[in-house]
This record gives sequence, structure tokens and C-alpha cells, in this order.
Amino acid sequence: MKLSDPLKISYRTLSASKLRFFLTVLGVVIGVASVILVMAIGASAQKLVLSQIENVGSNLVAILPGASEEKGPPASALGIITTTFTNDDLKALRERRNVPHLSAITGYVSGSATAEFQSTSLESSFQGVSPDLIQIENIHIASGRFFFPEEEYDLSRVMVIGATRAKELFANRNPVGETVTLKKIPFKVIGVLEERGSATFSNPDTLIYVPLGTAQKLLLGIHYLNSARAKIDDPINIERSIADITLLLRKRHDMKDTEESDFSVRSTVAALDILTTITDVLKYFLLAIASLSLLVGGIGIMNSMLISVSQRVREVGLRKAVGAQRIHIITQFLIEASFITLVGGIIGIIFGVLIAYIASLVLVKLGYDWRFLVPLFSLGIGFFVSFIIGIIFGLYPAIKASRISPMEALRYE
Amino acid sequence: MSLIVVSNLEKTYKNEDVETRALFGATFRIEKGEFLSIMGPSGSGKSTLMQILGLLDRATGGTYFLEGKDVTKFTDDELARLRNKTIGFVFQAFNLLPKTSVYENVELPLLYDDQPIERNEKKVLEAITAVDMVHRKDYLSSQLSGGEKQRVAIARALVNSPEIIFADEPTGNLDSKAGLQVMAILQKLNDAGHTIVLVTHETYTAEHAKRILSMKDGQIIGDTMVTNRRMAKAGETFLK
Repeated sequence: MKLSDPLKISYRTLSASKLRFFLTVLGVVIGVASVILVMAIGASAQKLVLSQIENVGSNLVAILPGASEEKGPPASALGIITTTFTNDDLKALRERRNVPHLSAITGYVSGSATAEFQSTSLESSFQGVSPDLIQIENIHIASGRFFFPEEEYDLSRVMVIGATRAKELFANRNPVGETVTLKKIPFKVIGVLEERGSATFSNPDTLIYVPLGTAQKLLLGIHYLNSARAKIDDPINIERSIADITLLLRKRHDMKDTEESDFSVRSTVAALDILTTITDVLKYFLLAIASLSLLVGGIGIMNSMLISVSQRVREVGLRKAVGAQRIHIITQFLIEASFITLVGGIIGIIFGVLIAYIASLVLVKLGYDWRFLVPLFSLGIGFFVSFIIGIIFGLYPAIKASRISPMEALRYE
Repeated sequence: MSLIVVSNLEKTYKNEDVETRALFGATFRIEKGEFLSIMGPSGSGKSTLMQILGLLDRATGGTYFLEGKDVTKFTDDELARLRNKTIGFVFQAFNLLPKTSVYENVELPLLYDDQPIERNEKKVLEAITAVDMVHRKDYLSSQLSGGEKQRVAIARALVNSPEIIFADEPTGNLDSKAGLQVMAILQKLNDAGHTIVLVTHETYTAEHAKRILSMKDGQIIGDTMVTNRRMAKAGETFLK
């Protein structure tokens, strides 16, 4: 008995029932392709999220209102609104003696409103920000100017608009100097930003920026900040600055030593860690779901192999009559099952990679900075897991077949 | 040494507390080079006897020595190896693999021996030549007539050069002309030194052998040498 013999036998048997072979393989193809697809898209999405943060810079510190676990999501992400972080906090943070290594800081509030220019009317997100935003987010002005420091709180009705929004509202006209109404309140456009490219959750090019105080008082009717972001002069001073900020805000918020802070201060490095944790969890969750389809494919193999065994009782009986031992029969059926999964695995990998590639083309076309990534180990996993599934789900039918008596060869139809 | 020595061979089937004695008290020898018919009506136990002699089934009592070895103590896999080397089968229903060529059907027993695969071709061609089917070697089994199928089955039984060939009603599914050809081949193989055991319910067919074991109700009731042996010749009509 040579290895090529069972291969030969399996090939003959499988080619004799092509439709069943095709359908069984299809089950495996779908399973493997979805695993590959999920892993590829997961890797690309993670890369996208993380690169967005990396673009912002590593020497930034975010101040988020509300208590939260050190590695957990911020309170605002859980829908908790905290009103204790205010403009006065922001002003105190700006004082050099309080946080000596802080070189710029901006508060953020956000909302959405209808933006109208002449007959064009658009539902648009807006952000109330400080003039420092330009250093913190590394923004470039295409035309006009950004906010002056005194405009932060003097309720100036001025706005700076993102590149995409400018095109949508003004087509080819120069927006600078024009008047756009937000919630029916007229604002003068003082600047247009250069195109920045899509971020994961929002597109900054479609944002409208207004001064912080203006957004709070005129548009939102609030006195607190949604968040703040500060730039630290050097990455080595981040830890110290976080401590300074924490100490200052705890003092300002009259917190006792045992009390938990009603805000959290995180560096972008920490945020990267958290996002990696979150995206990893998501990735593996999706992978688990995709694996279910691989399991279904495996059950399909077992089903198909059991049908095959029951249809081939006579054939197996004959093989045993002419000298096949149990191991020969088991090997033959296992090879058949593995062959199905290997063919399914290879086609599945090709399809998975292809669909991930097509998806990346579509996403790039939609303006996302999406990179086509296929983790090499996912190919290995797809291949290996499908092979193992063939063995596992083929084993029971194979053992069942090997128990067929050689007397079956004598049974007259 | 006798090829086969059995004594008091017994087979009892148990089915939900009902015991059926299909065979008992079988005692006889088969020598190398014999052509033996096991003859009897249906239900006489002749198939049961052949299954036990052919190592497809186990006796529930008695002893069985094949080439001096006590095969009642062999494991299933040891029996499989012994079948592969020592025994060839020809079945009433041919039992060829469908959608498989004549060559590949004949090659089947060689896939389970320990010999290098390169030797297969010579052996397969020899066996196919012995049954005069070389011109059909690449045909699929489904493209053959009944007589041709049985000749291929005989080639398959021959391919491992077994000591003994068991033929279970080999002419049962054939017309008289094809049946005649099959009997002629079996006689020729016997002349060449193969031991043949033929199971049949027809006296006429049985008389092509040299010796007849007659069976009835699970017992051997006669063991006689054929005095007027029938020889299957081409051109003769084969009456059933």
C-alpha cells in the first residue's frame, strides 16, 4: 500500500459524485472565506483607527469629563454627560504655573445644526473649539484665517469650515466673507481648511468650527466642556503633566483624597492601548462568529461523508473482501474528507482575500484611508483549521465505514 | 499438507433470542489443485460454508486450518491480509466498482498488498490476458456485458496469484453462452494449478468440478468425485 493509492481511490470516488463534492466544498469555502475576510477587514480597520490617532501626534493629552476605569472607555462613550468640566478649568489649565509643560490646549463642545447659505441647506456637525486647535490637530488653513484668541469667549459669530463642507455649501465660490446661518443665527465665514482626509468615526472635512464660547452659549446653551485636548512640549513630560493636570482639576473640583476623580486624563499613547484592546475584542468576536460558519461547513462534510458511507457499503465490503484492512478504509475516507476541506480551504482563502481586496477598493473610493491588509497568519489558520475540520468531521464516518463487514460484498442487490 | 482442513465446523446465527443453526458438523479437507463444487438448494448452508472458508465470516464452533494455520484465532486485520494474499473471490453480482476502468478494477487487491506499486501493471495485464479481456482494459465497468464483467471479476480474483479462488454462483447472472465462457475459464485456471471452490445450486454447473460436496439443511450429505465431468468448450450450448 502506497500513499498514492488512497489518493487515487479518493480522487476516483469524489469525481464520481461531482455535485455532492461541489456542494460540500462550497460549505467549506464559505466558512474559510468568512474567517479570512473578517480577519483581513479587522486588521485593516484596526490599522485605520490606530493610524488616525498616531497622525494626531503622540505628545497629546486628552481630558475627558466623568469618572472611568483607567483602561476602560471614557464615561461619555457610555452616554454619561458630566457637566463639571468647565471653561474656568480650561483657563486654569492654561496658566503656566499650574501645568508648566503645557504648550497649547483646546476645549471641545459639539453638536449639529442646519447650515444654510442662500438656497443651500445642509444638516451639519459643528464643533466649538479654542484657537489652539490649529496646533493641536495640526490644521492648515486653505484661505482666510482661524480664530483670534479674543474670539474664544466674546460670542463672535464667525466660523471656519472644512474643505468638503465648503464645496457643498459654496460650490466654486470663495466662502471667506460670506454669511452662513447656523440654527438661523448668521455667522461670517472667516476661513476654510485644507482637506484633512477621513477619520474613522467622523470626517473632519465636513465639520464647521465656531469659537468655543459661541458654540456653548448661542448654539448649545451649555456652560461645560465635552472634552479638552492639550499639547505637551515634549513626550518625556507627559507623565508629569498628567499628574499636574489631575492635581489641579481635583483641587478645583474640591475632591477629597479618597474620592474618585470626576474626569480622566489620558495620553494618546494610553488611548492607543485602549483602542487596541477594544478593536482586538471586536476582531476576535467577529472571528468567533465567522468560525461558526466554518463549523457548519464541517458538519456539511460529516453529513456528506455519512451519505457516502451508506451508499458505499457494498464497495467497502468488497474492498475488505479483497484484503483492505480497517486502517486502509479509515485512511481512504479521511483523505476524501481532507481533500474536500483542502480544496474548500484554498478556494475559500482566495475568495476571502479577493473580497477583502474589493472591499478595500470600495472604501478607498469612499474616501477612507483604508489599507488592504491580510494577516499572513490568517491564511495559515484558514488552511490549517479547514484541514483539521476535515479530519475531525471525517473521522466518525471513516470509522463507521471501517466497521462494515466484508460479507456486505456478498449481499445480492 | 492439505490446503484446507475443517472439522465439526459450525455456524449459529443469533437474532433476538432466536438461534438459527446454518451449518454444523462440517468435516472435510481440500487439497491443493482441487476443483470442488459446494452444491445444495437455497438455505442448505452452502453460502455460509463458503463465507467461513473464504474468511469473510467466522465459525461459531469447530476448527479451520488454512495452509496449516489455525485461522479461528486470527484478528480481523490478519484475516484481511490473508484474504488479500491467499484468496480470490468471484461473486454472483460481479461487484465491480462503477465508473472505474477494467484495469483499475482488476488492480484493486494490489492496492492493499505490501508490494511496490510499479509491479502492479505487469500483474494486472497478466490477469486481464488470462480472461481474454485485454482489448477492453480501458473500458469502464459499466460499458461491459454481464459475461465480460464476470471475466473482469475473475481477473481481479486472479491478480494476486491466490492459492484458492471462491466462486459464488458465478454463472447465476449470466446467459448460457457467457456462463459457458466463465466455466471454461475456471476449468482452465484449475488446469493451471489454481484451487477452485465453486458454490452453486445447479447440478449441471456443479458437474464441471472434479468433486462435489452436497449440502442440505446445514449439513454435508455427500462428498463424491465427479465421474463424468463436464468440460466447458467453446461452441457448446450451456444449459441451465
